[in-house]
Amino acid sequence: MTTGLPTPRSAAGHHAELAAVRAGQLGRVHSWELVTGVDGPGTRLTVFLSGCLLRCQYCHNPDTWAEHDGMPTTLEELVGRVRRYAPALRAAHGGVTLSGGEPLMQPAFTANVFRAAKELGLHTALDTSGFLGRHATEALLDDTDLVLLDVKSGLAGTYREVTGRELAPTLEFGRRLGERGTAIWVRFVLVPGLTDAPENVEAVADAVVSFGTVQRVEVLPFHQMGRDKWTQLGLPYPLADARPPTAEEAETVRARFRAHGLTVF
Amino acid sequence: MTSSTIASPVTGPDRPDRPGWHGFVPGPWTDGIDVRDFIQRNYTPYEGDAGFLAGPTDRTTRVWAALSELFPEERAKGVLDVDPATPSTITSHAPGYISADDDLIVGLQTDAPLKRAIMPNGGWRMVENALTTYGYEPDPVIKKIFTSYRKTHNDGVFDVYPPYVRAARNSHLVTGLPDAYGRGRIIGDYRRVALYGVDALIAAKKLERAELDLQRSTEDVIRDREELAEQVRALGELKAMAASYGADISGPAATAQQAVQWLYFGYLAAVKEQNGAAMSLGRTSTFLDVYLERDLADGSITEQQAQEIIDDFVIKLRIVRFLRTPEYDALFSGDPTWVTESIGGMGTDGRTLVTRTSFRFLQTLYDLGPAPEPNLTVFWSDRLPEGFKRFCAQVSVDTSAIQYESDELIRPAWGDDAGIACCVSAMAIGKQMQFFGARVNLAKALLYAINGGRDEVTGAQVAPVSAPVGGEVLDYTEVRAAFDQLMDWLAETYVDALNCIHFMHDKYAYERIEMALHDRVVLRTLACGIAGLSVAADSLSAIKHATVRPVRDESGLVVDYQVEGEFPTFGNDDDRVDEIAVELVRSFMEKIRRQPTYRGAVHTQSVLTITSNVVYGKATGHTPDGRRAGEPFAPGANPMNGRDHHGMLASALSVAKLPYDESQDGISLTNTVVPAGLGRTKDEQVGNLVGLLDAYNVSQGYHMNVNVLNRETLEDAMEHPENHPQLTIRVSGYAVNFVRLTREQQLDVLSRTFHGGL
Repeated sequence: MTTGLPTPRSAAGHHAELAAVRAGQLGRVHSWELVTGVDGPGTRLTVFLSGCLLRCQYCHNPDTWAEHDGMPTTLEELVGRVRRYAPALRAAHGGVTLSGGEPLMQPAFTANVFRAAKELGLHTALDTSGFLGRHATEALLDDTDLVLLDVKSGLAGTYREVTGRELAPTLEFGRRLGERGTAIWVRFVLVPGLTDAPENVEAVADAVVSFGTVQRVEVLPFHQMGRDKWTQLGLPYPLADARPPTAEEAETVRARFRAHGLTVF
Repeated sequence: MTSSTIASPVTGPDRPDRPGWHGFVPGPWTDGIDVRDFIQRNYTPYEGDAGFLAGPTDRTTRVWAALSELFPEERAKGVLDVDPATPSTITSHAPGYISADDDLIVGLQTDAPLKRAIMPNGGWRMVENALTTYGYEPDPVIKKIFTSYRKTHNDGVFDVYPPYVRAARNSHLVTGLPDAYGRGRIIGDYRRVALYGVDALIAAKKLERAELDLQRSTEDVIRDREELAEQVRALGELKAMAASYGADISGPAATAQQAVQWLYFGYLAAVKEQNGAAMSLGRTSTFLDVYLERDLADGSITEQQAQEIIDDFVIKLRIVRFLRTPEYDALFSGDPTWVTESIGGMGTDGRTLVTRTSFRFLQTLYDLGPAPEPNLTVFWSDRLPEGFKRFCAQVSVDTSAIQYESDELIRPAWGDDAGIACCVSAMAIGKQMQFFGARVNLAKALLYAINGGRDEVTGAQVAPVSAPVGGEVLDYTEVRAAFDQLMDWLAETYVDALNCIHFMHDKYAYERIEMALHDRVVLRTLACGIAGLSVAADSLSAIKHATVRPVRDESGLVVDYQVEGEFPTFGNDDDRVDEIAVELVRSFMEKIRRQPTYRGAVHTQSVLTITSNVVYGKATGHTPDGRRAGEPFAPGANPMNGRDHHGMLASALSVAKLPYDESQDGISLTNTVVPAGLGRTKDEQVGNLVGLLDAYNVSQGYHMNVNVLNRETLEDAMEHPENHPQLTIRVSGYAVNFVRLTREQQLDVLSRTFHGGL
């Protein structure tokens, strides 16, 4: 087979590919991992989907931002992996987590993967910023046992500074989850000088309490392990000089959440 | 004819009066030696949690504290003390005590705790080297005896090794062979001493002898008769040794304390006479539970006393010591004895074999603090009672001191009364033994194949001359064919070595007391092994999926490899490479099976390195997977460090693909996870570890060492060993005091993947 010139077949192929993406039969996958004790209960198959609209300053996976960088993966291929691990995941009281990037960049694919996981009797968790919460259909949320909701800030201004986007859609999504009774684990990344202002933490706490279905809040201390990826991608890293919070600082923030009656780690 | 068909040694008019057996449900075990039947009819499965356990008594704490004071000196000197003048036998040494007043379970290998004995039957050179190393003068008379008059196992083996075996051994292609020391890995059924008493065991052996006397005196029959005579003699000495401690063990044990004591005397006799590489205990906890439950039921002991008896037993097991050389310790670091005790599992009838005493054994890790010995080994099944599963996981999180083997793979293969010898070798207790065969270096063998049988470091021709693999880029088909041919020769050479070794070990260092506690007809396995599997698999994967250019020196010897492009590595649940590993295991096993074995032993193999992955790596040049010369291999069947990118379970699932049927001597996997990598709370960590073990179990995983540790703890222990005297970590198939590892080995442990690090 020769290569080089575009042929009519490749144009048709491109069209077919778009159709498959829209139907959720084809996804863009960054990587996968079997993990324990993070990304939801038990041991989980966590699949990182490519593509995200947020540009978080502390992002430790900037290589997942561009959807087209991900490996084209058919639904069948990914579900095959889910099926292979299903007995082990059931035994480990775990399940499937879709993370990213932002899984709701590929809502149809996400919905189809979760449908298949539920048919295999597996617990499902959606790791999202909530910014694209409107992309989540009711059918998708029916198949979602847990949402790992990244609330990056409680103040619109800080949220914009951290992510480049608006806070409101996340809050709207959180309220929607609360109303439909979907369990939430909130994640909040603590960056000294960026997200640690008491009023910001209070705002996050107020918001997540109002959702009503938050089972735990995980305060994740910022770390510098993402730095190399920014460098490799040739991106200017805004937090190059930021430091991780001290144990005391992290504990102070946790205490703030706890004061709202939340279970905090 | 097996011993089970032999007329009963324990029947007779006095049977109902045997005082030790009151309250026990009779059955076939009362008519002939059948410990499993006794257990099945009399044990009480326990489905509850750990809530009933009692802590240590003051006496226990006092005894352990007295011993602990001796450990720093022992660690500093290498040995605390040695008796250089008395070759050890069952009765060679006067009774010894930790504290004559406090010892509940009595008996030491010599007349003082931690004082080591010499056992020259294995080989005089090892004894002499060890003595000299530690500053002791070898006794000239003893030396004269074992160099002039009494031939040793070591002498015998070197009289008969063919040149190819010597060459393969000297070039580290075949390593760790038990040709200069005791082979070990034989488990006497020490429970028999408690259940029947020694007189009945002697009577049974005499009946076996009478049967042999009816057969013609052929070579095999003569050897069996001589061995039986030795066994009977050893049983007599066992009785005499017990008598020196004031115990009459001619009849059955009547109480729990006696049952533990009788059983321990049996084990003690074995470790007084054999400096075996692994001197494992068997599967005793559920057997002993029957006695403990009987005494608890009639109110003669309390839970605290029950625990105290087990604690004192375990104290004795913790201080088993052998005199060994530094070279030996480099291979098997941390002075291990592999006093392996197998705990838990399920019976073939579906009842769990977990009893309260299964918990009591694990509880010793709290009562006495963590320790590498006894090598507590849990037979795991996803069907085990939840309370036991959680307690095991909790103990792992707290101490990193236990290992897990798949009950679901062992039971169908060897029955529900099997135990582990050493690390991962399962065998039916009292009915089976193995000829320990160490292992071949598969990664180095691959380099030999590429180099036409020459050593990649010295250039010497070790394997038969074959055409070196040519070309600027290595061709997978060509390399694989050359490797196959090399493995044919290797299997032949290796089994030849093992046959020589075990012929001589039976002849010059026969395990009298251990075999006296076996049936007459036993299943023997020839336990071969392979090391460097993940290096070999990754190397072949690189050759197959990437571009590997050999770098040749002026003599044409390939001394390095340049790798271009990506290739899949073992440990990522990727069939493209995992199938190469599986195929290597199958094909080497098949080649082993073609070789004739001494005494008709059944061929098996393990994928296990113990801690010798470091020295194997040291002896192996650059490999086509990018590993640099001298770098350690991964331990056991582990994927290479840093090449597993999809998490601990994915890594384990690659290993779980290695077929147990083709490696029935066991497949070892060691994992280290940081506590936070298991969950946010202790409860979550315990639950998630149970889940991981269940997941590995249902995926046909065979063995898992679990370390739950932070890197910082180990780094601190390297800097301040005095602050971490009991820090225990699992290495390949056993546990060690971290502070007793060589610095090189400590660094190797630190270099390994810590799963879940954030």
